[in-house]
Amino acid sequence: MSKPEKFFDENGLRLDGRRVDEIRPMKIEVGVLSRADGSCYLEWGNNKVLAGVFGPRELHPRRMQRPDTAIVRYRYNMAAFSVEDRIRPGPNRRSTEISKVSREAFEPVVMTHLYPSAVIDVFAEVLQADAGTRTAAINAAAIALADAGIPMKGLVSACAVGKVDGKLVLDLGKEEDNYGDADLPVAMTQDGDITLIQMDGNLTQDEFKEAMEMVKVGGKQILEIQREALKSKFSQFKTEEIEEAAVIETPEPDATIDETVGIETEVDESVETDTEVIETEDDNEKVGAVFVEDDANDKEPDENTDDEDVEEGEINE
Amino acid sequence: MNKKIVIPGQFISNNVKNAGSGTYVDDGKVYSLLYGILNDKKRINVLPFSGKYIPSRNDLVIGTVIVVTPSNWIFELGSAYDGLLHVSEFPRRVDSAQMKGIMNVGDSAIIRIKDVNTAMKVELTMRERGLRAINYGRVIEIMPTKVPRLIGHSGSMITMLQKETNCEIFVGQNGRVWINGKDNDMDRLGVAIDMISRNSNVSGLTEMIFRFFRNGNDVNDVTRTSFEDTDDIRADDME
Repeated sequence: MSKPEKFFDENGLRLDGRRVDEIRPMKIEVGVLSRADGSCYLEWGNNKVLAGVFGPRELHPRRMQRPDTAIVRYRYNMAAFSVEDRIRPGPNRRSTEISKVSREAFEPVVMTHLYPSAVIDVFAEVLQADAGTRTAAINAAAIALADAGIPMKGLVSACAVGKVDGKLVLDLGKEEDNYGDADLPVAMTQDGDITLIQMDGNLTQDEFKEAMEMVKVGGKQILEIQREALKSKFSQFKTEEIEEAAVIETPEPDATIDETVGIETEVDESVETDTEVIETEDDNEKVGAVFVEDDANDKEPDENTDDEDVEEGEINE
Repeated sequence: MNKKIVIPGQFISNNVKNAGSGTYVDDGKVYSLLYGILNDKKRINVLPFSGKYIPSRNDLVIGTVIVVTPSNWIFELGSAYDGLLHVSEFPRRVDSAQMKGIMNVGDSAIIRIKDVNTAMKVELTMRERGLRAINYGRVIEIMPTKVPRLIGHSGSMITMLQKETNCEIFVGQNGRVWINGKDNDMDRLGVAIDMISRNSNVSGLTEMIFRFFRNGNDVNDVTRTSFEDTDDIRADDME
């Protein structure tokens, strides 16, 4: 690849036909890895990124554990085949730095204090690189974290803005990145708070201000795409009856729900008290869970019939 | 009544007083913390689609011994936190030397969580009827968020599973399910439990599984109702 003669055509469109404030098309798949707790595959232009999230899980080595909070580990890695010339596998100066700033990009949103001394591992693998891989990786990681059921104050969206031929452009392409005058990747929360910002090249103060406005608009668009991806995972979404049942039939066990955000206690409780069938003969004694002998069903005909009625009512609709 | 998928950071309500689990309040507004289903019938709760088990007091769980110390069995609970079962919490007096004979590394047991402190130190107990080591049957793992689905409306699903397969079933809150019965019954039950956990977001699931047992129908044969339909059903169900 060599430097193009000009970055804009006569209509002011860019090399790949985009407007200056237009991002590349993005495609997202949620939950693509079955071994990871949460995962996401994301294509953004010619970037291809795979993100996997594990945890919260036990942190080793133990000396890294923080007794009051979970830590987040973020690994940004480029596959050897992700670029034209093979890249030497393993961490290097660049990827270590990107991992660090990307991890910090998630710190304000991930509710780490709910999981003391645990770790949340985020792996972002760049399979194919085409400018803006760190932002693509962050967008994918945000979705993978949500998919893993990690409590977050919101998603993180990342986008780059840069300058080519003296003109500001959103979401740099490969040539614009390599031969442009400036590159400014930014990650932000849904409120527009900046959680990552880096800059390569030079911008004047006015250009910088304008660039920030552009990138915020880009971030909003990406956030919308991320939302859409998550919502469409269950296109044929059906309700979960049980939770309702649980909530209806349980006397609220305690008032601590406010504090234990993200940890549901209600459902569990009800499940226990409502569902047991007892091992022994004395049938009012509660063992505490679904403890079942084969013939136990017959001992509590009332309860069973009731349940079936409820269930049928739902199905017949 | 509002049943919908929410994602982290999504605005849910202005009713701060009703903010429940899976939500957070910022500047007088309630937002979702999780990717899951909104349940705002009484309190505003978000029930996550996925997530690891978090030990909580009084839960009944199935654990696996990973370490035997002179006075404790340390159990792995499918969570970020391991649990400690002190010998004194075993139903009868046990000598240090006998501990490995009762439960050794790799053995599983049905245990109750006695207490969890703020540092997430989990204390376990077996001093209760029904709590015991598991030395027969099978243990199946499902996602803990799907446990309520496996149990069903006041036990409707689990009751049906028992009736249809003649198996004993115990569901731990940490998503581990112990089953025991004839081998081919357990095979069928295993398939059914897998079906339940893969289709936990489908309505009429109990019926679907029932049909699976009766006709050998796979899930794919069942026509699914739409989301809107389900909404109505639930409205009726409320009353």
